[in-house]
Amino acid sequence: MTEDCDGEEQDEETRRWSPGQGSSSSSRGGGSGASASSPLKTRCVRGRVDQPPPFSGLVLENVLENVLQFLACRRDRNAASLVCRSWYRAEARTRLELFIGNCYAVSPARALGRFRCARALVLKGRPRFADFNLVPVGWGARFSPWVASMAVAYPWLERVCLKRMTVTDADLALLARSFSSFRDLTLICCDGFGTPGLAAVAELCRNLRVLDLIENDVEDEDEEVVDWISRFPETATCLESLSFECVNCPVNFAALEALVARSPSLRRLRVNQHVSVGQLRCLMVRAPQLTHLGTGSFETVPAADGAAELDVAELESAFVASKSLVCLSGFRMVAPEYLPAIYPVCAGLVSLNLSYATTTAEQLKPVILQCHNLRTFWVLDTVGDEGLRAVAKTCKHLQGCQRLRSILYFCQRMTNAAVVTMSKNCQDLVVFRLCIMGRHRPDHITGEPMDEGFGAIVMNCKKLTRLAVSGLLTDKVFEYIAKYGKLVRTLSVAFAGNSDLSLRYVLEGCHKLQKLEIRDSPFGDAGLLSGIHHYYNMRFLWMNSCKLSLRGCKEVAQRLPRLVVEVFGDQNKDLDSDAVEKLYLYRSLVGPRDDVPSFVKIL
Amino acid sequence: MASGLRMEETELRLGLPGGGGGGEAEGVKNSGKRGFVEIVDLKLQLQTPVGVQEAAAEAAEKVRRSPNHDSIVSCGSDPEKPSPPKAQVVGWPPVRSFRKNILSVHSDKGRKEEGEKSSSLAALVKVSMDGAPYLRKVDLKTHRSYQELFMALQKMFSSFTTGDYGSQGMSGREFMNERKVKDVLHGSEYVPTYEDKDGDWMLVGDVPWEMFVASCKRLSIMKGSEAIGLAPRAMEKCKNKC
Repeated sequence: MTEDCDGEEQDEETRRWSPGQGSSSSSRGGGSGASASSPLKTRCVRGRVDQPPPFSGLVLENVLENVLQFLACRRDRNAASLVCRSWYRAEARTRLELFIGNCYAVSPARALGRFRCARALVLKGRPRFADFNLVPVGWGARFSPWVASMAVAYPWLERVCLKRMTVTDADLALLARSFSSFRDLTLICCDGFGTPGLAAVAELCRNLRVLDLIENDVEDEDEEVVDWISRFPETATCLESLSFECVNCPVNFAALEALVARSPSLRRLRVNQHVSVGQLRCLMVRAPQLTHLGTGSFETVPAADGAAELDVAELESAFVASKSLVCLSGFRMVAPEYLPAIYPVCAGLVSLNLSYATTTAEQLKPVILQCHNLRTFWVLDTVGDEGLRAVAKTCKHLQGCQRLRSILYFCQRMTNAAVVTMSKNCQDLVVFRLCIMGRHRPDHITGEPMDEGFGAIVMNCKKLTRLAVSGLLTDKVFEYIAKYGKLVRTLSVAFAGNSDLSLRYVLEGCHKLQKLEIRDSPFGDAGLLSGIHHYYNMRFLWMNSCKLSLRGCKEVAQRLPRLVVEVFGDQNKDLDSDAVEKLYLYRSLVGPRDDVPSFVKIL
Repeated sequence: MASGLRMEETELRLGLPGGGGGGEAEGVKNSGKRGFVEIVDLKLQLQTPVGVQEAAAEAAEKVRRSPNHDSIVSCGSDPEKPSPPKAQVVGWPPVRSFRKNILSVHSDKGRKEEGEKSSSLAALVKVSMDGAPYLRKVDLKTHRSYQELFMALQKMFSSFTTGDYGSQGMSGREFMNERKVKDVLHGSEYVPTYEDKDGDWMLVGDVPWEMFVASCKRLSIMKGSEAIGLAPRAMEKCKNKC
């Protein structure tokens, strides 16, 4: 249990008292020197009485803290905290960003109790397969208990980043009220909130620098839509980043334009598809200093007053003026006649996301031929092979795929030869996710399973940490993964494998495996039990529609008391049936959670 | 800040074509009988002689009864059809729902390249339920009948129902029975209603399935007592339309 905070033992010894502790010693790159109340004061208010250590020990710990404050990487910090108790305490006091990969692995009380000086929280909730409707509504991962605890424990909180959590409007309001230094809110794939919550954040977080809403399911019941953009303070703001592409309701454009005009620090702006290209131009003119732009619809909306459509030349001059743009995205509707307007910025682009645009090769080529500096590229396969060749030719940093680090590719069919070629050309791959959408599809030329292709990936891409497999696959591919995929941390399996051997290979061979998500594969109890030696080292295992039974799951639960084993699934199944439809197991320091819905059973 | 959550380095991503997951010609499979079904599947890619067709249908039926098929909604097995029916699967391909809707919007604007692709795109509608704190979305295109839809809805909101809603063997067909609906309205059971393109709230089940999919904008599962007023309106509307 050494990887993340969520896996580490809590030291129950009395807390140390240290007079040197305070905001002055804990400032680092990201933190502001003049932050709110010092942590020491808070502890006194709570009435803790601690044994002061011997003087020499105190000095040593102060020195240690001053050194540890430079340690940013959480894995390094985890290692440092294990050296001895003194280092454990010093590290706990100097950790500024708290990363919790599974919100149920630890309770707010324990996490906040150990790390008393954190200024930032990164919290992840639901397993990733929730994105595909495989986790029923109401399963959990609520932000409420966390924000309630932090309101008391972290009055100086500055940053929160949540992924796949349920966040209510009330939670956002509490957050906005409780933290006077709050500056960064990032919500990714969350749900449960709507425009009232956003309004509270806009209005009450006076020091807000970042409001990034990414792929959330934002409530937009017509009766309850609030004009949240108008709620930002009327004075100049400190906004640096504003992203609201996922907010489906239209925003008050006049208010948005005025907001942009009074936000001199704004560098990143990503608007939703209700912003027309004409409106976009207005915003760009107000903010020529932007580095990241999400363009919204990128098409014209017929004006009610019959005003003339935007001239492409006018739009182009706005792009000419945006000399700092490095990242372009959006293009939700993209009227192709406006695409040439972005030529002036292409040479400077490091990232281009066209994944919402049904661009053809003809439309793409003149754009991509100028994007010499592109490092990140999203596109739909409407561009075809010809489009991709243009990409490969121009983008030296993607070129010949030699330096490619990450591939996510959806296709109808694939061949082993193509995947083998990818593995030889892109040996630096860290992430390889191939989704052959036809389930159980073999190599469409040879008719063979896709084992050899994925085998080549794990053999040749020695830095691979994340892998998603698809197509017709036998146990063989998992034998390859176990043998060669020694650095793999995340593995996604769907409709694959022949037998429990597959699961056994992976659980016995992939020593770094942290996250394993499996669906619709014929793996049963024997496979499940083969991972008993490893589950404490993992963040989670998810399996749905496999061949598990209650008996096997119960055995795992019995043998591993620190594991929470959740089973859930169909209410309609026969009462006799021992079959388990969905399994989600994860290590936890705090045992079964107390917010279990009725359809979940914890073994 | 979220450095642990996204790849910052060089990245190439190629996404779905406009057609989503259409064009699959496979039988339903999710069982240990891998060898047999695999052979059948490969054969189905080519000519489909009637013998193989029936075997496929039989295999599909067997698999449907096995306990772990729940992620696969259904596979109608009609041996008369020239090609095997499509099997729709929950959450496959693994694309987030907002992207599916984006693609269908593109297709609506007439940019699609093949006519039939639009029919395989998603028809995502919001589902709300009285008393449930969360909205959900359901893709109507992944279901072929009211019965399937009701089963999916029940699974979706299983934590909130009292168990009265269709769990005691009340099939979709029974539910659609006019008399039964009226009986239900008097009780405290939940009744599925939907808002159609005209903005009217109707009872689910009144119109043929395809018509429902085409006109449904969103779903709301109301308590029976609240849905009482709908029945007469639904009848009226039907009369006016027919």
